Amino acid sequence: MNSQKAKFEPKIVAFCCNWCSYPAADGAGVSRLQYPTNIRIIRVMCGGRVTPSLVLKAFELGADGVLVATCHFEDCHYMFGARKAADVHKITEQLTEMIGIEKDRLMLDWISSAEATKFAKVAQEFTATIKKLGPSPIKKQMTGDKYQITEDIK
Amino acid sequence: MSIKKAIKESRAYLCLECGKCTGSCPVSRFNHGYSPRLLVNKAIRSGQLELLKDKNIWACLTCKLCDERCPADIDYVNMTLAIRLEAQKIGEEAICSHGGAAQSLMRIMTTPDLQQKRMAWIDNDLKTTQSGETLYFVGCLPYFDVLFSDIEVNTLKAAKASVKILNHLGITPVVLPQERCCGHDLLWGGDLENFKKLAEHNINEIKRSGAKKVIFSCPEGYRTFKIDYPKYFECNFEVQHITELLAEALGNEQLKLKEMDKVVTFQDPCRLGRHLGIYEEPRKVISAVPELKLAEMVRNRKSAICCGVSAWMNCSTYSKSIQLARLKEAKQTAADMLVLSCPKCEIHFNCAMKDEKVGKDVKIETIQLVTLIADALIGG
Repeated sequence: MNSQKAKFEPKIVAFCCNWCSYPAADGAGVSRLQYPTNIRIIRVMCGGRVTPSLVLKAFELGADGVLVATCHFEDCHYMFGARKAADVHKITEQLTEMIGIEKDRLMLDWISSAEATKFAKVAQEFTATIKKLGPSPIKKQMTGDKYQITEDIK
Repeated sequence: MSIKKAIKESRAYLCLECGKCTGSCPVSRFNHGYSPRLLVNKAIRSGQLELLKDKNIWACLTCKLCDERCPADIDYVNMTLAIRLEAQKIGEEAICSHGGAAQSLMRIMTTPDLQQKRMAWIDNDLKTTQSGETLYFVGCLPYFDVLFSDIEVNTLKAAKASVKILNHLGITPVVLPQERCCGHDLLWGGDLENFKKLAEHNINEIKRSGAKKVIFSCPEGYRTFKIDYPKYFECNFEVQHITELLAEALGNEQLKLKEMDKVVTFQDPCRLGRHLGIYEEPRKVISAVPELKLAEMVRNRKSAICCGVSAWMNCSTYSKSIQLARLKEAKQTAADMLVLSCPKCEIHFNCAMKDEKVGKDVKIETIQLVTLIADALIGG
């Protein structure tokens, strides 16, 4: 059992905003800061765009954790985008918790484009948390790189 | 089921091309690119692939108004369902409203050992149990209230009211902590595989609770349990809508209601009305409240207009137009309140009323039928 747990490599989807968190991830790469490869970054124009549907879809398709990273409130490119992200996140949090996904699997953080070290740190810490939690309780709708093919199509 | 079989079973080949369906269709009224008549025509005449790739097969509200009007008695709604199930197999899908959040929730719910936390709405004064004779099926209401918190709907009020009424009638209903979505929206969206998983889970949970009778306040859940579940699974329990139960209880004089000096109008949900033929029970219940007057809308009962969206897909400007037209009708009755009996009607109408430009003109207070009765109970 222990050896199995050690092998578990989670899949983590990170929604990063175009103006702050994505450049931060970029900066982490340029500065050769190490962070786990479990993080799969999806670039979005604004963290406020990350509606419950996107997060739920990620979990539905088999993500073990979802990270939403946006600008700090003060330096949001769209003035109110980061605040919107925080508001939407509250709804998403309630939904995921109600449906039985552990609270710690979803995380919202504010990372400015200058904070490459913070990005690397958040990525490391979040991956460690997810590794501790183990695989997602959701039965994956997607295995490998393909949608599951139903009996009828075969 | 192949398209050929669907045509045969729905008797689509009898189509006279009279166009009554398109003439009465609430979608066609605003979306001139959509026509049930042309779709029937296409199903009969064109190749299967052309039909399945047609985006219009997803535009139907499945409100069954065309079936009601069709002189050849074609079962258009079931044909649409069969076409959608086929279309899903070749990867076609509807445009899901709300980014597909509702569908994702349902698909997540197919996980067998999910630990949901959906019981927070049960207040201390409501009596529920884990096993017993009668079960109350809540449906997706706890999720709706969170997902649509921005339009400030409170669909859970109906669940609370239903339990209150059941308690008043001396019934302590079972409420399942791990109940799933009934799968209605997945089925009408063509996802049969996940629908079956949800259905199987619900049936097993109900069996485990030992319930003989399942009460619904949501018409969609009721329709799915009554018509769609028995098609695929064996169901050893009775299903009943709460309005039927209320009408029964009123007949036996088990309920005492206090006066309510108001005028209300009633919206027939398509699932409860045309799909299951329950028109008179809700009206009987409303008229049982002393001093409460019911003012019917121009189009009522079999002619009632749908709330504009079904199965969380294809919400568009057409849906808004349908909703506004229906709300105008409700306004014309000069009623104080619009009585609803479906959580989705509540969400959709309240959403239309939030429209910045025209929302004010159609603003009318909405209330669920069960909430209305629960408020009027004497000694509740």
